[in-house]
Amino acid sequence: METDDRTLTEKGLAPKGQGRILLLACGALAREILDLIKANGWSHMDLHCLPAILHVRPERIPDAVEAAILRHRADYDEIFVVYADCGTGGRLAALCARLGVEMVAGPHCYSFFEGNAAFAEKDEVDCFYLTDFLVRQFESFIVKPLGLDRHPDLLEMYFGNYRTLVYQAQTDDPALTEKAKAHAAYLGLAFERRLTGYGELATTLETLR
Amino acid sequence: MSDEEDDIILSELNDEDLVAQMFDDLYDGLKEEIEEGVNILLERGWEPYDILTKALVGGMTIVGHDFRDGILFVPEVLLAANAMKGGMAILKPLLAETGAPRVGKMVIGTVKGDIHDIGKNLVSMMMEGAGFEVVDLGINNAVESYLEALKTEEPDILGMSALLTTTMPYMKVVIDTMIEQGVRDDYTVLVGGAPLNEEFGKAIGADAYCRDAAVAVETAKSFMARKHNQGATA
Repeated sequence: METDDRTLTEKGLAPKGQGRILLLACGALAREILDLIKANGWSHMDLHCLPAILHVRPERIPDAVEAAILRHRADYDEIFVVYADCGTGGRLAALCARLGVEMVAGPHCYSFFEGNAAFAEKDEVDCFYLTDFLVRQFESFIVKPLGLDRHPDLLEMYFGNYRTLVYQAQTDDPALTEKAKAHAAYLGLAFERRLTGYGELATTLETLR
Repeated sequence: MSDEEDDIILSELNDEDLVAQMFDDLYDGLKEEIEEGVNILLERGWEPYDILTKALVGGMTIVGHDFRDGILFVPEVLLAANAMKGGMAILKPLLAETGAPRVGKMVIGTVKGDIHDIGKNLVSMMMEGAGFEVVDLGINNAVESYLEALKTEEPDILGMSALLTTTMPYMKVVIDTMIEQGVRDDYTVLVGGAPLNEEFGKAIGADAYCRDAAVAVETAKSFMARKHNQGATA
């Protein structure tokens, strides 16, 4: 199964059909989760990703997650949802509670990568965050959906209130850092890089036995 | 766009065709054409209020419906809003001079911790277009800012906006403080923003959740009508 960014963005990733626990995740987290599974030898886990582009219309995430849970729940002992709230306004948490499924804590991946408590403490209202995935998929998630390729004059309306682009680096990759810097310049924002690693994504998945 | 469309000369169109063309231009986000259309209608003796409601708000309502129905997306709506803003900039001083009817007054702002204002700005503009006086508090508003504005501006409606799951609970802080101070029932409280829903609006004690700018205008009008009816029967 392909794990290139474009496929993860548009189609997601199908499960392999092995293991006791199915991780039902956002495509934006696929590489990180696969890396954790491999590094830790978590053979009891399988991964199924929904298309990452769902984030552009977060109101559609709960329905997509529900359909996937209902489709796969008979094949696994447990399903764990690897989405945070992700702009669903509590609807995803309500869905998981209704279906008796656990999910990652926190408002979004920017928060759990840094650690939810630490992120909340920072209270950075004028920061715009990018992860490794979003740095790579900047065109698909920022430029095109916001119409900036067709109407660059809208930039100020979207980003005029932001001050800094924070690149939360999951991996130490100089080429990605350069890309992130270029994205900050394009948006007219100051640049900051934080090496977060996998943060609470790793510690949460570790608890699944 | 075809050559034929490029060749349209707005001043040569009759009123009906010009308004129809302005609907199209608004839909396409053509600010200069909208400004030109507004000036032509003014020269023809149209009342500023009629231009606002019949040409601009009428056109923007179509944009709002197509956004709701998934035909238009945020960038196109913003371009349309920008075009409407151009027309309103011409009309606003004239509306003040000609004493256009005022439907009500609204104080609106994005809540503390949140700097997102695109939706709020659309609501402000559409409310103004519908004849409301709007006092826009901007972004990142603490409860004190809202309460101060309620006191000094004496609006009919308080509007609060939030884009983030993490900031939307602050709306309850504002409403609870209004209750504590015994002023909650003096205002209609409308809330909106991408992660909100009707259930959330009810849970925090707002009068209504508004899904988009067009719904906000209709909801605000309906609350104002109720208020007037209550006044008439009191």
